[in-house]
Amino acid sequence: MADILEVHHLYKAFGGVKAVVDVSFNLKDGQLLAMIGPNGAGKSTCFNLINGQLRPDHGDIFIMGKNVNGSKPRDVWNLGVGRTFQITSTFASMSVLENVQMAQLSYYKRTKSLLQKVGRLYVDESMALLKLLGIEDQAERACGVLAYGDLKRVELAVALANKPKLLLMDEPTAGMGPSEAQNLMELTKDIVHTQNIGVLFTEHDMAVVFNHADRIIVLNRGELAAEGTPDEVQANEKVKEIYLGHGEPAGIGKKELIPADSKEA
Amino acid sequence: MGFYLVQFLTGLSDASALFLVACGLSLIFGVLRIVNLAHGSFYMLGAYIAFSLIAYLPQGAFFFWTGILLAALIVGLVGVILEVFLLRRLYSAPELFILFATFGVVLMVQDLSRWLFGAEDILGQMAPGLEGSIDIMGTLLPQYDIALIVIAPLILVGLWLLLNRTRWGILVRAATEDREMSSALGVNQTWLFTTVFFLGSCLAGLGGAVQLPKGGANLLMDLNMIAAAFVIVVVGGMGSIPGAYLASVIIGQLNSFGVLIFPQSTLFLMFLAMAVVLTIRPHGLFGEIEAEEHAAAQTAGTVLKPASKKVRLLGLILLILIFVLPVFVGQFTLVLMTEIALFALVSMSLYFLMTGGMVTFGHAAFFGGGAYSAALLVHHLQTPMELAIFFAPLAVGLLALIIGWFCVRLSGVYFAILTLAFAQICWSVVFQWAEFTGGDDGLLTIWPSKWASEKIVFYYLTMVLCIGGILLLRFFIFTPFGYTMRACRDSALRVDSIGINLRRHQWLAFAIAGVFAGLAGGVYVFSKGSVFPDEMAIPRSFDFLFMVLLGGVETLFGPVAGSAAYTWLHDKIARFDFWQLAIGCIFIFLVVAFPRGIAGSVHNRFGKFFED
Repeated sequence: MADILEVHHLYKAFGGVKAVVDVSFNLKDGQLLAMIGPNGAGKSTCFNLINGQLRPDHGDIFIMGKNVNGSKPRDVWNLGVGRTFQITSTFASMSVLENVQMAQLSYYKRTKSLLQKVGRLYVDESMALLKLLGIEDQAERACGVLAYGDLKRVELAVALANKPKLLLMDEPTAGMGPSEAQNLMELTKDIVHTQNIGVLFTEHDMAVVFNHADRIIVLNRGELAAEGTPDEVQANEKVKEIYLGHGEPAGIGKKELIPADSKEA
Repeated sequence: MGFYLVQFLTGLSDASALFLVACGLSLIFGVLRIVNLAHGSFYMLGAYIAFSLIAYLPQGAFFFWTGILLAALIVGLVGVILEVFLLRRLYSAPELFILFATFGVVLMVQDLSRWLFGAEDILGQMAPGLEGSIDIMGTLLPQYDIALIVIAPLILVGLWLLLNRTRWGILVRAATEDREMSSALGVNQTWLFTTVFFLGSCLAGLGGAVQLPKGGANLLMDLNMIAAAFVIVVVGGMGSIPGAYLASVIIGQLNSFGVLIFPQSTLFLMFLAMAVVLTIRPHGLFGEIEAEEHAAAQTAGTVLKPASKKVRLLGLILLILIFVLPVFVGQFTLVLMTEIALFALVSMSLYFLMTGGMVTFGHAAFFGGGAYSAALLVHHLQTPMELAIFFAPLAVGLLALIIGWFCVRLSGVYFAILTLAFAQICWSVVFQWAEFTGGDDGLLTIWPSKWASEKIVFYYLTMVLCIGGILLLRFFIFTPFGYTMRACRDSALRVDSIGINLRRHQWLAFAIAGVFAGLAGGVYVFSKGSVFPDEMAIPRSFDFLFMVLLGGVETLFGPVAGSAAYTWLHDKIARFDFWQLAIGCIFIFLVVAFPRGIAGSVHNRFGKFFED
């Protein structure tokens, strides 16, 4: 297993607010790495730094050995990184199939082509992806009218269209019911293991995290608070403190407690 | 020294009316999220009504200022009528439709003002007690200019107090920041919208009224002012009142000193200043970045499909009809059909841009640019028609590359207004560079080559070029590039994260649209035999936009249907004296009755029938 993503001493501040402070971690292929932490811990900032939407103040990010500091999201995608968003972002006036075809067109560098209709270009590859995610029966429907759970799947299909080595998933199951969420993550895990992709994901649903992550990193107030396997993280006193709120400001509700049954599930 | 000081003070007094109009526009945009094109008309109405009131009321300073304030209130009430009876029905319609309803109002107010107040320019009454001038180091400054200089900061402070120290002001600021949230918190939107529209309209009316002693009243005030007010609002930043003041002062000074450096090119300078500001600060001096991604909602759920067998058959029948038409109709109809075809090509190129999320307010620059390129080649170099028609699209393509380089950095309303600005620059160059372009007199006797001089031959030539162009653009929409355009419109974020350079694709689309609009312009000039600056002016750009909207944005046949309907209608109505009034009414009626356009409504009604 090789390091797909290496993050070294990442810093990012917005004015006086230190969003990410000296965060380092790495991710190997075939691995699901969950990034957790209370609201405002710096998860989304971390994501946007890796994805190229934000520039770090200090530190380095290597994707497959290449330093991507200051790269734009489109450059990061071209390295073989797929991204899904917390709030889904798809092409609403295009069908599900066309959304995936669009990603393929970009992957094969055909977006400036004016000489040929799209027609059935990359339809087979795209349908295969839709089938993999179980939404092939939605192929002809416009994304603008799709149910939220299906949109999340479309995003994943789009993210997989460039045969990525790294997937960045920002709250992949937000807005889904519990069983649908578990199903989607089960599916993601299968794909990741068979295609040998590395996944970094954030998630608020602890059942999803502890059931599916191979490793977990915990952020708190921008700093890396803990790192390890689900068992190690669950046993970590510091993590308990963060989530239970000892000595922390009030406002972190009981909902975010690590569920007691997650280990058995 | 005194001269420059007076020039500076004149600039400040010019800034006054600009500021009053612009801050009203900005306020309305901030809360209602609509670009009210009729705002310039309110300014004009303010001037006319103030003139009539002052003439009617007794003499004296008290009645003079009463007249001015009353005029502002009356214009405010006109605004309320517009908001309550028209705009309120349209808030759920796409932004562009509201824009068009307000443009309909512009046309109506134009003709109503001509009817009520006459076509002659009116010289405003002097303000009693302020008729004289004061001597500033040897240069004279009218006393009334001092009054104007004082009025704008007073209104600025008044507005600031109103917005920051009253409950109503807090509601306005809340709605500007987040309309949904303020509505969820139980703010009465209906009431808030109407009061904001009232205040905004009052300010526009006041602007027109206070400049009366200085500038009088005429029928060109509305479009001149709306263009200037746009510039100020975007330079200052949408929704920012202090920004509007700063921008007014900048533009006022630019006008005042610009005259000294480049006489008669103040318009050019003003728009150039805006282009520079928007390139450096895309959201204006005091503007904030707006939430993106609301354009997508308008088209959500409609997937563009290639033509079904039945639609193809219908197209074929139409082609045959076009081919055999000259046998059955006279020359007059052929000329009309030629015009329809040319406008359809322009509308289609505009539609092509719109599939990429780029709603331009300046498409006339490309159409007129093509017409002028061809005409100038013929006029100065005696180029034959064939070559002129060949070079016109290339010249416009180049122009589009230059304009596009600036414009694709922006999106939404800012994009639209920057395109308007560039079109206005092109127009002012053509209008003012009389020795090269003929200026207002245009370029005449641009006739086709001998072989094409028969109307029927020219008809076939136009049809071949236009139908070819339309089909090619239609084809482009289904190519990978066309898909990419729609993707860019739907979600900039997603496009970026699947490795696509959005700006570069939009830039290319801009050039392609320019080439086709330029082709239409090049042919157009030979069909008319002449070209005038009007072909590049703001109303022309809106004609094209309206053709697309009339046809409906959700169907590929829309632009063609819209051009045909609009050109035919225009031809029938333009013979009447008050035709703008009629067109304005029709604009408004169509927008209210067919919010999805003609072709969109047909599609709704008969869409199932045409499926395979």
